[in-house]
Amino acid sequence: MAKRIDVTDLNVYYGGFKAVEGVSMTVEPRSVTAFIGPSGCGKSTFLRTLNRMHEVIPGGRVEGKVMLDDQDLYASSMDPVTVRRTIGMVFQRPNPFPTMSIYDNVAAGLRLNGVKNKKTLDGIVETSLKGANLWNEVKDRLNKPGAGLSGGQQQRLCIARAIAVQPQVLLMDEPCSALDPISTLAIEDLINELKNEFTIVIVTHNMQQAARVSDRTAFFNLKATGEPGRLVEIGDTTRIFNNPTEQATEDYISGRFG
Amino acid sequence: MSTATDRRVPDDQVAPGEPVTPPGGRPGRDALSEMSHPHRGRMAKDVVARIVMWAAFALAMVPLVWILGTVIGKGFHMLTTATWWTGNQRNINSDDFGGGARHAIEGTLTMVGFTALIAVPIGILTAVYLVEYGRGRLAKAISFTVDILSGVPSIVAALFIYAVWVTTFGLGRSGFAAALALVLLMIPVVVRSTEEMLKLVPNELREAAYALGVPKWVTVVKVVLRTAFSGIVTGVLLGIARVMGETAPLLILAPYTKNFQRDLFNGNFPTLPMMINQDRGDFALSTAAERMWGAALTLIILVLLLNVIGRVIAHFGSVKK
Repeated sequence: MAKRIDVTDLNVYYGGFKAVEGVSMTVEPRSVTAFIGPSGCGKSTFLRTLNRMHEVIPGGRVEGKVMLDDQDLYASSMDPVTVRRTIGMVFQRPNPFPTMSIYDNVAAGLRLNGVKNKKTLDGIVETSLKGANLWNEVKDRLNKPGAGLSGGQQQRLCIARAIAVQPQVLLMDEPCSALDPISTLAIEDLINELKNEFTIVIVTHNMQQAARVSDRTAFFNLKATGEPGRLVEIGDTTRIFNNPTEQATEDYISGRFG
Repeated sequence: MSTATDRRVPDDQVAPGEPVTPPGGRPGRDALSEMSHPHRGRMAKDVVARIVMWAAFALAMVPLVWILGTVIGKGFHMLTTATWWTGNQRNINSDDFGGGARHAIEGTLTMVGFTALIAVPIGILTAVYLVEYGRGRLAKAISFTVDILSGVPSIVAALFIYAVWVTTFGLGRSGFAAALALVLLMIPVVVRSTEEMLKLVPNELREAAYALGVPKWVTVVKVVLRTAFSGIVTGVLLGIARVMGETAPLLILAPYTKNFQRDLFNGNFPTLPMMINQDRGDFALSTAAERMWGAALTLIILVLLLNVIGRVIAHFGSVKK
């Protein structure tokens, strides 16, 4: 259920503006890869190219290659909708569907894609909510609105919703930045469990979080404002934090800038 | 003894060299006297603003209450007569009392229902195009056209339909022709209100759906339109309310009849505004005047009922908290 992502020489553009330049990296299966770097360095933009979500923004396009095992995600025959079914995403702000109950939120991905069998849905909703460590808190009120949960619960609901469609990879765009420390801890624990099953990529502004949850860390930076962001270095998290190769990485991690 | 007051250090106990400094930074007593002056000015402004606001509100309420009071006062007893809700005006002359308004009620509902049937899908789909799909010149052109259309006076819309329907195609005047003119008036209202509602749907919800591998059109139908549902219903009702009382297209395109007539393609077609207009001619006769006020009140009640129904639908379809 988990696949490797291989990125080669990726440039990302918004219209005429080059946002990210020349990124090559490998994301290992069944592990957590963290993207760190200062604001505006293109780590979220790059993350969104991994499931072709950046195309939703007008003018968004890429050059280069993204491979999921042996599938070229940007092949002309590849449907972005299929890509997003395989590579799920959790966003910065919890965004449950406000018109739907907790149950419907988790079932949304399947239902909107035509799964109607009640038994199948019941089963998947339960496993997904358990998978997101939310089952015990909501099992008695599955038909209550999802928007009525607390922020941390809503974010776990969104994770449950994302894993309900059984993706290969889970992308997380600063999933804890809108949450309090307790909820953050709950999500981090969850990430630790999820990596047994999924390939996880997480963007975070919190370096301690990267150090806590990730196996590998990628540091992004930009030379100057207005310049495209680029990948400075990627490696095992312990090495990046203890013995980075690049001066810029060390400066960022030790708090000299950013 | 340790109440809050006790813990405060009395003024005379403050040691020399330790000036009492308010947050503003100026020393104690001077600052207070200086501050009290602008404070008084602010209070005065507040009072003036309040009075102006309440006066404006009262002024706005005057015509509303006046109209409602007059119409209810003069028209209500007609609504309680035996035949009002069941009969028509056949063989009832201006100086005859009573008769019914059922023909006009049915006519107005039929015509407006038909108008909505055409205008609502076109309006909503146009709004969906403009918000979800439209980029570049075509969208701008459509948006501009909608703006122009919403400024078209109803009599111009009616004359346009007359020119096309009657003059060019040689077809007769009918309820249907009037409904077409009403469609022209209703579409921009529906487009604009639906557009506003769709824009209020947060982009995060669209992205959430895309990230689950949901195709765009399903996202639009099941997530965006669903989330905006109650707002769209309200907009549609505003549109219906707007065209329900339109009279110019009826004057030009749908001559009145005192008989029951539900066929929109019949030359004559009964509607409430036209019934009001009919009796207006003989306003001097109390029988006609009463009927006119009764028809006016009936029209107001219809609009009100539609609004209530819409509110109920919107309530049950709204975003749950």
